[in-house]
Amino acid sequence: MAQETATEKKTNPILPFIKIPENYPEEDAYLWGVKCNACGTKFLGERIACGKCGATGNFEEVRYGTEGELYVFAVVHQAMPDVKTPFIAGIIDLDDGVSVRANVYGLDPEKPDHSWFGKRVKMFSEVTGQDRDGNDVVAVKYKVQN
Amino acid sequence: MREVAVVGANMLKFGRYPDKDVVRLASEALLGALKDAGIGIKDVEILVSGNLYQSNAMVGQRIMKEIGATGIPVVNVANACATGSTAFREAYYAVASGAYDIAVAVGSEQMGKMGLLGGGGGSDRAYNTEGVMGTGGMPGVFGQAGAEHMRKYGTTQAQIAKIAVKNHEHGVLNPYAQYQKETPLEDVLNARVVSWPNTLFMCCPTGDGAAAAVLMSAEKARQFTSKPVWVAASVLTSDPYAPRNPTMFDINTVTQIAAKEAYAKAGIGPEDLSMIELHDCFATAELLHYENLFLCGEGEAGKLIDERATYNGGKIPVNVSGGLLSKGHPLGATGVANIVEIVWHLRGEAGDRQVKGAKTGLAHVIGLGSACTINVLKK
Repeated sequence: MAQETATEKKTNPILPFIKIPENYPEEDAYLWGVKCNACGTKFLGERIACGKCGATGNFEEVRYGTEGELYVFAVVHQAMPDVKTPFIAGIIDLDDGVSVRANVYGLDPEKPDHSWFGKRVKMFSEVTGQDRDGNDVVAVKYKVQN
Repeated sequence: MREVAVVGANMLKFGRYPDKDVVRLASEALLGALKDAGIGIKDVEILVSGNLYQSNAMVGQRIMKEIGATGIPVVNVANACATGSTAFREAYYAVASGAYDIAVAVGSEQMGKMGLLGGGGGSDRAYNTEGVMGTGGMPGVFGQAGAEHMRKYGTTQAQIAKIAVKNHEHGVLNPYAQYQKETPLEDVLNARVVSWPNTLFMCCPTGDGAAAAVLMSAEKARQFTSKPVWVAASVLTSDPYAPRNPTMFDINTVTQIAAKEAYAKAGIGPEDLSMIELHDCFATAELLHYENLFLCGEGEAGKLIDERATYNGGKIPVNVSGGLLSKGHPLGATGVANIVEIVWHLRGEAGDRQVKGAKTGLAHVIGLGSACTINVLKK
């Protein structure tokens, strides 16, 4: 008799440095990484050695917070055919000392301006698609705070 | 290390060659360079081939099979956009070390219309981060790099656009350029936005092309030419740690450390250069490299283009070939073509775009991720 295995639908992060809590979405996704105890440098995700000082095996895990500032951005109007444009492609400097690439919302992409530099932003997460196995895929994004 | 001279140089006009394959393009470029040097393939002791999109497909050996397979060592090089210039450097060291007397570097690429829009994502579309978590595509990355200069120094989009105006004006005089068309400032600013702050005319076209150089020891060079062009420095760097890298690629530090090393090795300063061919894949990139190559002080790049100092005839001509913005950017070919351009000027063979009295030139390339090559050539 053929055995039917009902595969349980999962919620997966789009990138490994995004953590999805068991009780998502009640508890939101968050960014995590490691801090090198030798030189203090923080990274997104796990590592086998420090990319700055080269130290190995001396890391502690860090859960990063949700707030930071928009360091710089580009407004992308032309991309691969299945990418929705325009979008604001930001480099976010988190208050906790790491930077992340992310889409930024709450600004008019048709009116980019020098005043956008340094805007305070806050993270939110979103299901951005389903993979081939039917699992939800979650990404994080940032919204400008007024 | 021994003195090394460029004795043969050639490039194909960049553009679209749908009826030829990349090996044919590379072979045509190499045959032209060999002829320019006055030698044949049987005189070549080592070949270094730079190609990116076919980096696993033995392009160098296929070139040898096309024009004469003699059993010499062949090395295939890939280093992003710095692929061709890295191939040149490997050929340089092959001769400088004393191991070989005659080496060739060939750069080639066939991109068709695919362009530089790739980036991010695995095979399952749902995990493609492009446009979902920012961008890793070149237009966005170089948009952000330019935006950083705007943030730090108040540089305007119009100032950056002036670089595209200059390079397209230069390109009109270069028969090897993919586009020979002027773009006045209002056209540049009104063109559709590819990735703010870069509009269409502030982005290089992509396409097909090939270029080749023949390098010789001093003794050999004197046998074959009365106009050797000497390699005064050939430098390659990788990007050192920087706090935002690789979330935000750092194209600045990698160029600055290469420039310092190149100037020291060549025993010159930026004020001694007659001309520069630098990596203007986007107008924003050229702006940053004015400062990275120490042509002006920090934050002064906007002023430098405002003063037209980098036009042919100006204080320090930059990209008189039209740069990648006019010439095109077939990745593996680009770094060798920059060197070919400088060789032509130092020999006084650059036609209508000749830099008057050119004695020393610098060729710069960035491969994102990142690699930087700087080759300094002198008469």
